[in-house]
Amino acid sequence: MSTGYTEGEPIRDTKAPEGPIEDRWEKRKFSAKLVNPANKRKLHVIVVGTGLAGGSAAATLGELGYNVTSFCYQDTPRRAHSIAAQGGINAAKNYRGDGDSIYRLFYDTVKGGDFRARESNVYRLAQVSVNIIDQAVAQGVPFAREYGGLLDTRSFGGAQVSRTFYARGQTGQQLLLGAYQALERQIAAGTVKMHTRHEMLDLIVSDGRARGVIVRDMVTGEIERHVADAVVLASGGYGNVFFLSTNAKGCNTTAIWRAHRRGAMFANPCYTQIHPTCIPVSGDHQSKLTLMSESLRNDGRVWVPLKAGDTRPASAIPEEERDYYLERIYPAFGNLVPRDIASRAAKNVCDEGRGVGPGGLGVYLDFADAIRRLGREAVEKKYGNLFEMYERITGEDPYAQPMRIYPAVHYTMGGLWVDYDLQSTIPGLFVIGEANFSDHGANRLGASALMQGLSDGYFVLPTTIGDYLANGPYGEVDEDDVTEAEAEVRQKIEKLLTNNGTRTADSYHRELGRIMWEYCGMERTEESLRKALERIPELREEFWQNVKVSGEADELNQALERAGRVGDFFDLAELMCIDALHRTESCGGHFRAESQDADGEALRDDENFSYVAAWEYGEQGPILHKEDLDYEYVKMSQRSYK
Amino acid sequence: MSMNLTLKVWRQKGPKDKGRMVNYRVEDVSPDMSFLEMLDVLNERLILEGDDPIAFDHDCREGICGMCGMVINGVAHGEQVATTTCQLHMRHFEDNAVITIEPWRAAPFPVVKDLVVDRSAFDRIIQAGGFISVPAGSAPDAHSVPVKKVDADAAFDAATCIGCGACVAACPNGSASLFTAAKITHLSLLPQGQPERDSRAVAMVEQMDAEGFGGCTNTGECTAVCPKGIPLDTIAQMNHDYLRAAK
Repeated sequence: MSTGYTEGEPIRDTKAPEGPIEDRWEKRKFSAKLVNPANKRKLHVIVVGTGLAGGSAAATLGELGYNVTSFCYQDTPRRAHSIAAQGGINAAKNYRGDGDSIYRLFYDTVKGGDFRARESNVYRLAQVSVNIIDQAVAQGVPFAREYGGLLDTRSFGGAQVSRTFYARGQTGQQLLLGAYQALERQIAAGTVKMHTRHEMLDLIVSDGRARGVIVRDMVTGEIERHVADAVVLASGGYGNVFFLSTNAKGCNTTAIWRAHRRGAMFANPCYTQIHPTCIPVSGDHQSKLTLMSESLRNDGRVWVPLKAGDTRPASAIPEEERDYYLERIYPAFGNLVPRDIASRAAKNVCDEGRGVGPGGLGVYLDFADAIRRLGREAVEKKYGNLFEMYERITGEDPYAQPMRIYPAVHYTMGGLWVDYDLQSTIPGLFVIGEANFSDHGANRLGASALMQGLSDGYFVLPTTIGDYLANGPYGEVDEDDVTEAEAEVRQKIEKLLTNNGTRTADSYHRELGRIMWEYCGMERTEESLRKALERIPELREEFWQNVKVSGEADELNQALERAGRVGDFFDLAELMCIDALHRTESCGGHFRAESQDADGEALRDDENFSYVAAWEYGEQGPILHKEDLDYEYVKMSQRSYK
Repeated sequence: MSMNLTLKVWRQKGPKDKGRMVNYRVEDVSPDMSFLEMLDVLNERLILEGDDPIAFDHDCREGICGMCGMVINGVAHGEQVATTTCQLHMRHFEDNAVITIEPWRAAPFPVVKDLVVDRSAFDRIIQAGGFISVPAGSAPDAHSVPVKKVDADAAFDAATCIGCGACVAACPNGSASLFTAAKITHLSLLPQGQPERDSRAVAMVEQMDAEGFGGCTNTGECTAVCPKGIPLDTIAQMNHDYLRAAK
């Protein structure tokens, strides 16, 4: 067991410009070197992943005239998991005149992130948010509109203004298709070369710079090497380390984990977001969890029976024997408290034996009042597709009986460490979207993932990467560095295929997921984390000895793909637990049971933990580098949504 | 309450292999399983037996990415209306049922392996003109052009296409008209889509033909199997725009 780590030099410079916060991005845009239009096509950029961040980045870099190569593991870039985001996208447009502003979105995001995000980055995100809406509308994204022809908005958890733009329950889909179409336009124009069904298996680092990737053609099995002047990772989050999550089945950590192994620091891996409104697990066969948009909490009321062990159907429980616990505990925000608070509250009432449905792992989300107040038609208009989805999965009609929901892993705030320019600790390696750690602190607010992905991809990266590329092209890549990376990839594949063990990769993944959910999930303790850190290396050892992968290397082999990803999840899981163990405070999505106040609320320890934990890979265990967080604008306070 | 099933599954090593139906017995299937979870269980068994698991495309498993798709008992995505394969649950099948599972079959969608097909022709149709040319950073304020709610809603209805290809698989002509029309309709209903409306319709229709998809004969099988219920009248809109451009 290794719970140990060593501490290295702190990170002192994040490259954010000095001066008033509202001027910093403007300053950086001006100070960033420009690349002569004629030189851009000589500069080659690799983008891995085609979700909101990667798709928009590849399209925009193509529009600027760079020579772009894009990779995705799906059969087309339009399928990246951003597509599944339901609720909406925040922007400080203040179209409602309800007191919103860039500063308020900045403030809400820093506070929602429980004071563990960088002020400079978050302020820029809030500034850029308004451009995203303009861009998307111009692309033809069919946002919801009012009868006057203007854009509709709704409110979302963690905010008291209505700033969330949406396209029914399919906002992520519509925004992703906008980015996808922009990307296809560039593919047609010849600026972007697209490789679908390709998976990145390693990063090529040469002369201290990121210079390319080793990928596997998932149809032919061929291992390919691609070199470039810069590499952008937009490969998403690592929620699937828990096996069950709302991520797509293919979501994995391999791209960022391999980059970490090559020298990129991994920041705050323990910050995991558990989404409060997911459909509960139905049995051992469960392959993934489905989220019901948080927007449902606008009109749905969350409750459980007042008494433990009450097994009557919802309709037989009278009003006075129900506990609308969010409204009771948090009267100011009610059902709209941030995700981490809503999730933990659900766990608490279930721990008290008041949960509903199979195994008592569920709470009700009830629309009866909304249907009475607004009429069924209005509710159907707003949430129709979500209700349908629920009925399809559970076989229950949510118009007639309350939905059952339970928290599930949804998003990972941690990711590769990046500076203000979104550059990792490996020069030339940029990381955007969920794959980086930068903007959400210890907890992401609803409707902010789409905002960050598109902010990074359309607006931030295309400017900052220019500053790096202006010093390029970076010349020939040392052949030895490429060969070494390729050899490692081949070795691992060979090992998996010749192992001939007795268990499938999925069965190991499921067991790892259970360990993580149990010991490093919604509530973590020193004891649970130590247990996890004992079990994970044992299980990993067994995995490498005993996993069975059928088929060949040179064909479409989904068993092989999965096994490779599970192998990397093991290593990441260990780092997550080490990070969670070292951070003895509670903050945002990281709840340490030892650190709570008298009401059971998360208790931060600003004195000792007001920093980003950036982990460097080390053969003898991870090395911790601290980046101190200073708050000049938002006064640090204990979050209160009461 | 668990079920025992017989599956007849299309197995094909690769594009050059002839392919064949293979029977599998699957036992103890829970009615709460999704169709793909049922296949997961079978695949884990096949791996342990040293066999090649059945290859099938899937990703989000919540009906929105459009990656999954198989012809189940002769119907694209199965008989459940407005449902992708991943959202289809076993409670809709009888105990001891015999279920046939095949890939999308259409010449422009060559089989890659087993139930996996190559749908890149769809991307090329979008490349031909399924976009509005607006480089990042050049957009005017979002409220500078109001859009009638009814137009925005109709555009949204067309824009919900997930590009799964069920329409092509269901069409007796192997036509991609519903897919192409959905994008043309989405963009031509919005003011932002007007400047490129004519060239878009022509380029996308021509690309669709060049890919080898068949023509539309108004059979309507496409919209019947469409998991997102893309309406058939989008095809009328496509033809209208195409003719308008040709004038």
